Amino acid sequence: MDMDRRQFLKYMASLFVISLLPLGLTGWAAGLDDNILQANPELKRKKFIVLFQRGAVDGLSVVVPHGDGRYYDARPTIAIPSDSQSEMLDLNGYFGLHPSLSGVFPLWQNKTLTFVHACGSPDPTRSHFDAQNFMECGTPGNPSTPDGWMNRLLSVLPGLHAPTQALSIGPVLPKIFQGKMSVSNIALGKNDNHPMAIDRPMVENAFDMLYKGDDALSQAYQQGQEARKQLMVDLQKHMEMASGGAPSPYGFADSARRLAQLINEDPNIQLVFLDLGGWDTHVNQGAVKGQLAGHLNGLGNGLSALVNGLGNAYNDTVIMVMSEFGRTFKENGDGGTDHGHGNAMWVMGGSVKGGVIQGQWPGLDNDSLYEQRDLAVTTDFRSVISTVLKQHMLLGDDQLTTVFPMIPQVPSPLLFM
Amino acid sequence: MRRILLSTVSCILVLFQPAVFAIEMPSEFKALHVLNRLGFGPSPGDIKRVDDMGIDNYIKQQLHPENIPLPDSLTQQLNSLSTYSLGFDELTEEYGPPPRVNGQRPDPEVVKAQRKKSQIIVQEAIQARLMQAIESPRQLQELLVDFWYNHFNVFAQKELDRLWIGDYERNAIRPYVLGRFRDLLGATAKHPAMLFYLDNWQNVDPNSFKNARKAKGLNENYARELMELHTLGVNGGYTQDDVIALAKILTGWGFHGKQRGDTQVSFDFEFNPRRHDPNDQVFLGQTISGGGQEEVEAALDVLARSPQTAQHICYQLAQFFVSDAPDPQLVSQLAQVYESTDGDIRSILEALFKSSQFWDGKNYQAKFKTPFQYVVSVIRASGQQVTNYRPLMGMLQQLGEPMYGCFSPDGYKNTQAAWLNPDGMLRRINFATAIGFGRVNINDDQFPVSEDDLLSVYDHQFSASTMQAVDAALPRLRAVVLLGSPEMMKK
Repeated sequence: MDMDRRQFLKYMASLFVISLLPLGLTGWAAGLDDNILQANPELKRKKFIVLFQRGAVDGLSVVVPHGDGRYYDARPTIAIPSDSQSEMLDLNGYFGLHPSLSGVFPLWQNKTLTFVHACGSPDPTRSHFDAQNFMECGTPGNPSTPDGWMNRLLSVLPGLHAPTQALSIGPVLPKIFQGKMSVSNIALGKNDNHPMAIDRPMVENAFDMLYKGDDALSQAYQQGQEARKQLMVDLQKHMEMASGGAPSPYGFADSARRLAQLINEDPNIQLVFLDLGGWDTHVNQGAVKGQLAGHLNGLGNGLSALVNGLGNAYNDTVIMVMSEFGRTFKENGDGGTDHGHGNAMWVMGGSVKGGVIQGQWPGLDNDSLYEQRDLAVTTDFRSVISTVLKQHMLLGDDQLTTVFPMIPQVPSPLLFM
Repeated sequence: MRRILLSTVSCILVLFQPAVFAIEMPSEFKALHVLNRLGFGPSPGDIKRVDDMGIDNYIKQQLHPENIPLPDSLTQQLNSLSTYSLGFDELTEEYGPPPRVNGQRPDPEVVKAQRKKSQIIVQEAIQARLMQAIESPRQLQELLVDFWYNHFNVFAQKELDRLWIGDYERNAIRPYVLGRFRDLLGATAKHPAMLFYLDNWQNVDPNSFKNARKAKGLNENYARELMELHTLGVNGGYTQDDVIALAKILTGWGFHGKQRGDTQVSFDFEFNPRRHDPNDQVFLGQTISGGGQEEVEAALDVLARSPQTAQHICYQLAQFFVSDAPDPQLVSQLAQVYESTDGDIRSILEALFKSSQFWDGKNYQAKFKTPFQYVVSVIRASGQQVTNYRPLMGMLQQLGEPMYGCFSPDGYKNTQAAWLNPDGMLRRINFATAIGFGRVNINDDQFPVSEDDLLSVYDHQFSASTMQAVDAALPRLRAVVLLGSPEMMKK
């Protein structure tokens, strides 16, 4: 079919309106139910931070079943010894915490940290990318879900949506936050508060004019501008407080500290997502020391810095640590582990009923292992998140159904007091 | 009421039209479309060049890069990179881990210094990639290098891979980007960069080689990604048993680090029959008889010939070249070409560039550029010569796409969902502003970009709303607005 340029542009314009209108309706306008907010004003203070370990962490090295000899038989070179020299942190006589996670052990001791063991996705995939996608969409088995569950969660939070209400740490927006709601992202780093050309009014004015529409690019631009203005103020305050220190190598602990500062400065921040890589330990995983130990040490110190930095806000915060699946029960031929199934999920926060291991432990005998090779999954990851959403974020059943369209009919762990 | 009716009608039209018949884009858009889609966007003079030779001839020419001469200036710049033309052994020798002397481990300080020294290889590989993307007239080839590198991704910062990513791209990817898929697959499968990255060099039959100090068992990593990412695709119908069977077939397929004399260590591809599982394997329903290296070749043949692989590869090509959610009909058409030509990439692309979907008006300006594509296209449009690549590397880092820096084996994505985000939009605009003002330290004599030049480089194909914002801006900001406009961010 031939068209001239004028007709074509008209046709394109009609496409444009239709394909982008649904996006334009959302943005950060009024939320769903202001009544809920009036009834529970403390809802605005509730925060939920999700940390994703990309690459599938070996949960059996994080929360170690040292009470079962089969664990040591299966892992001749990478098991964490339970003798006194190994400094494994005993949790309940059967499970112990990897010694490199000593940074978070005080949180276990003060009963604000719990682990749901043998937790994971009902979908059996051992593909990192499918499993991450399922966990981020919240729809195991359905890879074509267009949005992430944290984006849907944002959509059901009551009240006016501020531009920094949902914050993703990093230069790209991960699937978990993709969707119709606008989400801000920021790469926390040494230079994160450096001025940009766009901060100059004449540049800003020119681009405000260019990106004033409600197409996807304009929305991203507008969201970026709004959030940047707020976050730059927050970071500037932080800089002043931290000034005088020599620049240090930037690690997760620094980002975590900065994130805590941002949250303290900006009461609008409620949902945060961040991710860490480096867990795919097929080779030379190590035991008390080594590759995995090094990564866990960074994670533990970062979480500890985050909790300390949050101060009183920790009481209104839940921090969840998750990974796409666990790893094989037996070590492989290279002192590593391959892709597995069940894993340990972390939940921490001031109001969390911690100091206990949650979930039903399936056992490690051959017949109890999933496909006779991996820790089985006895708790659907969605039931853990749902519990947090219900009891911490105080979501109703309708809102919960929006976040997880297919709520699993499995018992929820007891996560809160 | 009338408006509602109208929009309902157009809604219905829009919903049903693409499935029934495509609306071909007007001819004045076509030159820009091919420059955007077969390359990194136009440089000054490119539109006229395409107009003069005709769209079809341009495509034909791009499909045969071997017939397009490289400018001397580019060849000279590439040759001036001290590590770019070094061979694999030379790189390893000069920059690799220091050998043991008299059986003693080398001093950790020496190892550290050597590791630091080797970073120049990554730096120069990045420079070479950017340089060629910006300046090479073989634009389609450069775009395909990016596509296939991501398909067969190797992360540069995994220890020894630092030494090898440049060689990997030059010898395992570049020569095959328009060739047979099986050759590309085979070249990546044999390169130590891949074997190290996905651990297959340590994949060993536990029963056959009991005396190995370190590597002593099966490792599924490469076997799984070889099927999931490189060939069949995650829904390609394989099972965990197939992963294990392929891992067993791949035992002994690796490289061997040899000390040569007192001062050299070399790593060469090697099939080691002593590490190999000699049994027959049932792989994807076929029995592969126990033997040696030929088992791997046979398995790669099976994978490359599989209809699932054809489907998977063609989906990815259609997504990269046409739209984020490509028409399934186009994918299956291309898959037929794949199957009838035994996976000839050039033939598949030839069909793709002739397809009605490629020329469908709704796919014009429908792809959001990756950070790499955006940065290169801005430089090309500006007509600036780059002598210092560091600011561009930094920009890619800021935008979340550091070159050779994708940690996981699936490589960088090329969809709008992956790259459009608030922070990224502001950073792109920041970059556009700095380039437009001539304020990035990419060479010694920067100049502000002129609005008129940009308009002509892009054949005046900017929308009315962009031109409205350009006209409203201060004169010295007009080029900046164009460089940061949707027409530059998309293609």
